[in-house]
Amino acid sequence: MLVFIVRRTLLMIPQLLLLSILIFFLAKQMPGDAVTGAFMGKPNVSAEQMEKIREQHGLNDPWIVQYGRWIGDAVRGDFGQSFVHKQPVTQLLAGRIENTIWLSVATLVVTYLIAIPLGMIAGRWTGSWADQFIVTYNYVSFATPVFVFALLMLYVFGFVLNWFPSGGSVDIRVEEGTAEYVWDKLKHLVLPVLSGSLLLTYSTVQYLRNEIIETKMKDFVKTARAKGVSENVVYHRHILRHSILPIAAFLGYEITGLIAGSVFIETIFSYPGLGRLFIDSIMTRDFTVVTALVLISGAAVIVGTMLSDIILRMVDPRIRLG
Amino acid sequence: MEDILLTIHKLRTSFQIHGKFYPAVDGISLTIQKNEVLAIVGESGCGKSALALSIMGLHPSDRTLVEGIIEFQGRNLLQLPIAELNQIRGKRLAMIFQDPMTALHPLMIVGRQIEEPMNVHLTLSTKEKKHRTLQLLERVGIQNNEQVYQQYPHELSGGMRQRVLIAMALACDPVLLIADEPTTALDVTIQAQILELMKDLQRQSQAGILLITHDLGVVAEMADRVAVMYAGEIVELAPVRELFYNPKHPYTRSLLQSLPSATGQKQKLHVIEGIVPAIEHLKRNGCRFASRIPWISNELHEGEPILHEIAADHFVRCRCHEHFYLPAERMGDESNASITAT
Repeated sequence: MLVFIVRRTLLMIPQLLLLSILIFFLAKQMPGDAVTGAFMGKPNVSAEQMEKIREQHGLNDPWIVQYGRWIGDAVRGDFGQSFVHKQPVTQLLAGRIENTIWLSVATLVVTYLIAIPLGMIAGRWTGSWADQFIVTYNYVSFATPVFVFALLMLYVFGFVLNWFPSGGSVDIRVEEGTAEYVWDKLKHLVLPVLSGSLLLTYSTVQYLRNEIIETKMKDFVKTARAKGVSENVVYHRHILRHSILPIAAFLGYEITGLIAGSVFIETIFSYPGLGRLFIDSIMTRDFTVVTALVLISGAAVIVGTMLSDIILRMVDPRIRLG
Repeated sequence: MEDILLTIHKLRTSFQIHGKFYPAVDGISLTIQKNEVLAIVGESGCGKSALALSIMGLHPSDRTLVEGIIEFQGRNLLQLPIAELNQIRGKRLAMIFQDPMTALHPLMIVGRQIEEPMNVHLTLSTKEKKHRTLQLLERVGIQNNEQVYQQYPHELSGGMRQRVLIAMALACDPVLLIADEPTTALDVTIQAQILELMKDLQRQSQAGILLITHDLGVVAEMADRVAVMYAGEIVELAPVRELFYNPKHPYTRSLLQSLPSATGQKQKLHVIEGIVPAIEHLKRNGCRFASRIPWISNELHEGEPILHEIAADHFVRCRCHEHFYLPAERMGDESNASITAT
């Protein structure tokens, strides 16, 4: 198992290298650069001055030098200065990464808490009214756009009923490190997390339902029944363990999806996470921030795949590293 | 009789096909005694596996109808609530499944799977369970039992897995074992080992075995009595020697005739004409085998064939056997549906 994890981790190095080169070139190919983004349309900065600034910041160096400089710094955790925010990118990201991790982990946990019982009920009692209800919910949630649903949640629970705060990640008046601070953070998470996870459940529910229906027919389930094992144990121990495999396999990908893709949720609930920063940075051509963010989400995908592999390996002893 | 373990009376197991129920097991009555191996033989689709699953209560209740009486040690299994049935199966009544490749849970170590019936039926400590499991593995002929205990099914060979399945069935010392084609999925040398093992275990435990198979060699090796099934019915029931030396029913005789012989010169392999009728199209009145022996005229069959006791413990269905002859026995007749085989 340890050997597997080490080998799988080593496999990530070439992947990350390739990713970084790709990102660097894509970023370079975008029209405009940080200088145009910062000074475009300002009448008091001339073209020569802009060129001078480029020269100062090394934006005119050959690509290999620029790439080397960038990746060397990145490895040390330095993504350079944000041209827009006028502060180190690392510093800019730090707080937001934390927020995004809070949001994604909470969303994931709530998603599974809802989806796994629903999938189990639908799979076990196929065709029952409960199953029909769950399948209908699945279709509806799959078809609902997140920005519509999130706005609705915001309007009803944040604005009309005023049960939960409608924006931000924490109240600025509470002191950091106290229990109240954590409580307030959780309160701020409720609406974004519910809006996200109520729509995210469909894939897990559908997978689990189908897997259970398929696993029910398997021979080893008959073996279990022939041992005199009760129906509940047959489902929880034998069928679920087998049916959970594809869901475990997707766990890693789900994590990456959440880290990279909560743009709508973060924007609607003005939640200061990575997604919003990403959009803002693209809008202002904040080159250093964009590359850092793309690199992080790309790395998250790679880490997610690795996590999936490791998790799958842990739940399914038949898996070998190919 | 006190020694009777299982009495099946007029069992009828019907499957739902396109909204209608068709019986796959059609009025079977049988008894199995302690220390007896009763073999059920018949070709694919004759209802023998459906019979086994009916006894174990493993048919899905929404698509299957099981009627009749299955009395095991004085209680009708068909009328027991599932919780009470679960107290019996796995403990006094156990089953060995057909395909060792699929009958074990792929994600559970072997030891845990063998311990599972003990969890349900016996009150043992973790240590006692493990001890018992290791003993069982040894009993089924697995030498490196400590290692196998920790292994997953995919790490074992087919023969080993079948041994594990047998160990699992024996976990709580059952008095009746249902073995559904226990050697079909194995290759021939392993088959012999597994049969030998089952015979040994049966002698030690004095358990009754209901052995389901299509392999007459297995029957000759293992069985005390044999029931031959055709299209959901028993057509002949006899002690094993009687059946092999004095087969009566046309189906039994055709089956025995179809065995390739290891001695003697090359000859045509006898093939029974036609196929078993599909369950939806089976004609349920009259002799069900009639369509496959068309050279026997209709008047020679009974209208409602019943089992006749023609000798002590030897039962045959329908009177047609009295007039039956195999095509091969008719000299020079090439019109029968034999297929040339070498």
